[in-house]
Amino acid sequence: MPRSRLPVVLILSLVLGVVGGPGARGASAPRPSSPSSTVPLSLSVPPSPLTEEQKILHVLNRLGYGPRPGDVERVKAMGLPAYLRQQLYPETIPDHEVERQLKGLLTLSMTTSELVREFPQPDPKLLKKVGDGEMSRAEAMEVFPAEKRPVRIVGELQSAKLIRAVESERQLQESMVDFWFNHFNVFAGKGAVKWMLVSYERDAIRPHALGKFKDLLLATARHPAMLFYLDNWMSVRNDFPGRPGGKGPKGLNENYARELMELHTLGVDGGYTQKDVVEVARCFTGWTINQPRNDGSFVFRTGAHDEGDKVVLGHRIPAGGGQSDGDRVIELLARHPSTATFIATKLARRFVADEPPPALVARAADTFTRTDGDIRAVLATIVTSPEFFSAGAYRAKIKKPFDLVASAVRAVGGRTSGGPSLARTVGQIGEPLYASQPPTGYPDRAEAWVSTGALLSRMNFALGLTANRYPGTRVDLGRLVGAGDPRDSPELLDRLLAGLVHDRVSVETREALLRQLTDPEITRGPRGDRTINPDLEKLAALVLGSPEFQRR
Amino acid sequence: MEMTRRALIKSGAIALVGLGSLPRFLVRTASAGAGAPNRKILVALFQRGAVDGLSMVVPHAEPNYYAVRSSIAIPRPQSGNSEAAIDLNGFFGLHPALGPLLPFWESRRLAIVHACGSPDTTRSHFDAQDYMESGTPGVKSTADGWLGRALHAKPDPSATAFRAVAMGAALPRALRGEAPSLAISNIADFDIRSGVGTLNAKRGFEALYERGVQDLLHGTGRETFEAVKMLKAADPLRYQPANGALYPRGRFGESLRQIAQLIKANVGIEVAFLDSGGWDTHAGQGNSQGQLANRLGEFAQALGAFDRDLGDRMADVVVLTMSEFGRTVQENGNHGTDHGHATVMLVLGGPVKGGQVYGRWPGISREQLFEGRDLDVTTDFRHLFAEVAVKHLGVPASAPLFPGFALKPSAFPGTV
Repeated sequence: MPRSRLPVVLILSLVLGVVGGPGARGASAPRPSSPSSTVPLSLSVPPSPLTEEQKILHVLNRLGYGPRPGDVERVKAMGLPAYLRQQLYPETIPDHEVERQLKGLLTLSMTTSELVREFPQPDPKLLKKVGDGEMSRAEAMEVFPAEKRPVRIVGELQSAKLIRAVESERQLQESMVDFWFNHFNVFAGKGAVKWMLVSYERDAIRPHALGKFKDLLLATARHPAMLFYLDNWMSVRNDFPGRPGGKGPKGLNENYARELMELHTLGVDGGYTQKDVVEVARCFTGWTINQPRNDGSFVFRTGAHDEGDKVVLGHRIPAGGGQSDGDRVIELLARHPSTATFIATKLARRFVADEPPPALVARAADTFTRTDGDIRAVLATIVTSPEFFSAGAYRAKIKKPFDLVASAVRAVGGRTSGGPSLARTVGQIGEPLYASQPPTGYPDRAEAWVSTGALLSRMNFALGLTANRYPGTRVDLGRLVGAGDPRDSPELLDRLLAGLVHDRVSVETREALLRQLTDPEITRGPRGDRTINPDLEKLAALVLGSPEFQRR
Repeated sequence: MEMTRRALIKSGAIALVGLGSLPRFLVRTASAGAGAPNRKILVALFQRGAVDGLSMVVPHAEPNYYAVRSSIAIPRPQSGNSEAAIDLNGFFGLHPALGPLLPFWESRRLAIVHACGSPDTTRSHFDAQDYMESGTPGVKSTADGWLGRALHAKPDPSATAFRAVAMGAALPRALRGEAPSLAISNIADFDIRSGVGTLNAKRGFEALYERGVQDLLHGTGRETFEAVKMLKAADPLRYQPANGALYPRGRFGESLRQIAQLIKANVGIEVAFLDSGGWDTHAGQGNSQGQLANRLGEFAQALGAFDRDLGDRMADVVVLTMSEFGRTVQENGNHGTDHGHATVMLVLGGPVKGGQVYGRWPGISREQLFEGRDLDVTTDFRHLFAEVAVKHLGVPASAPLFPGFALKPSAFPGTV
């Protein structure tokens, strides 16, 4: 699609520039490289009951994956408004360390067809030999090792996601990639999707994560991963003759059409009917994949398209539109008021509270409509709102399992190259990465994540992390607590708490932790001897597994 | 952040009992009843993704069945043909992959409720699952689940933390509510694992969640440590599958195996909940073999193994299967089926009045279909669920199991 809507963009920028105020001194803020600037050059932080330090912590915990040692001071030095603005324009933030680390993950830069070629499905004959006992598992692994199998693709994606969340300076961008992937969820375990995932995140989600919603929606609609996951690639006009012998697709498949409206745009109460589902499915007939298990690229097949008249949400889409029928539907849905409210609600839930304040949702939806779905502008509305900086929102969200893992590694100043064991742990805590089967993606509410089993996994993760039991991830607690008398327990504890949870610890938690340092039952070593130094690893694990650290 | 109702009540309930010097489970195991055999047990099994009921229990005597499913129909029963449906009563037959369930049927421990489902017409997986678990079709704001309400309506002072267990990382919607319940991914991992000096970390974490504000995290933390202690004492892992039971590999079989271990360890389990996935067969569904047949094979083998493994204990166990809706009667252009309306639900176990297909069969000729495309619902799932809760678990019939729905025991299908 041509991107020649520059005049509209210019007018919008002008209008919003006025809103931003003529006195906006953007000199110190980095110049946005994108022309679609709909965010005021000077952002302001509203009056808030929070202290300066709390505001900074809140921003670091909500926009991204929590503070690393020194982050609070860095943001304090540059000023919160400048930090917010920088995060809204991630392309202005150098991120060389992450780029260097990701170079080692070869699959990330490969095309889908390259991935299919390099990491094919195991030969069925080989599997049969193993099944029949003609070949042992170990022999099969030698002939066809894991690093040559498709499982490597998902493994590298998981590693990249962990590396980026922990190491990237572009924290908001990473949060938004996670948010949109989840919103437009596809499942690695469904058929050919595993070869298409890399391109899906890299080419459809990431470039538009803070861009225009319509572009993002279109990119996902056209992407083979989505076409495959929600079956649209096999949806053809009802009178399609099919191949001889009754093979091949013959008829509509409503799956994508339904989820497109229910989950991607309007929301389930957004005002569509079963008839609309059918009409939308008709519009998208012919949007398919060229050789899904080989080339794997988008293609429009005229012969499969339903050329008749359609009526979608009361709008007539005249006959003969071909591929553009789908584009029309995307435009219609992206501009629908229900979409503005639905997206605003989800974003406000992600950034503010499980039950987002209706007034904020209304303002964010208004920004969405006013800016033609400019995600950056909607985010700016949300993260500079009084609701965002309210006492009620502070620490109100429970970290998702991935948030917990990334934020814990960051808090202790750890470094990670990802790796299967850390990724597996995220799964054990309840959020297997790239493996959410239903199109809803993972929920963003506390109740979904706080359960007895999951809580235990969180504590066990904390113990494993501080004991350096995750290959590929290293923490140095000694550096975190710095110099000082190791026998001065309260001081050590306070340094640890200051480093890990900052001001966010209850009296009860501090007292409980202090007791760990003095209770002979607890400080006793494994052989019953009294340890001289408190066990720094365990103490740090207790902090990372504490109720306080589960919140952000 | 305001506390959720569940959090408030969870933490409140625990405060009431008190987490003092003596762990609750010691008190409970001392009192009879909690873990003792003869406790009635319900295993609720959710087939997520909307299973094709017409393939599970095939209406092979329906002429239209073979007309509208040219590539995915299951052949009519025929002796010696392992690809054909297994006849049950001359009209319905089991999918051949469900063969392991035939012994249940023959010993009258399998009841089938066909054309069962929700009066709500949504074809969204998410909404339909939500409605089936909350037990309030069409109403999204319901905070708790039907099983949560069932447990709450039957207070049990001798209940343990294992009274309601869900296999998985997250607590399912059906179990949410005021009665405590537990989510476990794997019972072997259900402990604090800190290598050397485990005692320290465990005590430390326990202390952190013991005090402090009454919120979801603290309440859940307290439940967690109580459950860890009890499980350690009961040691379910020493129970290996008995009577030669062979669970299929994979998460589903493993979950059922662990539920059997919890039952045998007498930790006081009354309701177990587990998921089974992969039923959303939009394309390449297959017939006697293929995608759906593989899923059904695993499903039936696991249930067969569960029955074998539990042996006599099965006399007190009912397994209830459910799925959010059924699938289109006519196959689609991709040799699959799309989201439909009614499906089939199974009730298995010792207390079941089996060997019968319950519910009125609405037929599948064109004019009999719901909205011209789907199997119509003739048994509201709430009547089936209520029957199992009331007749099997002993929940009072007057309990508000399904708010806004007038339960009529006369409309119970009669499965238990």
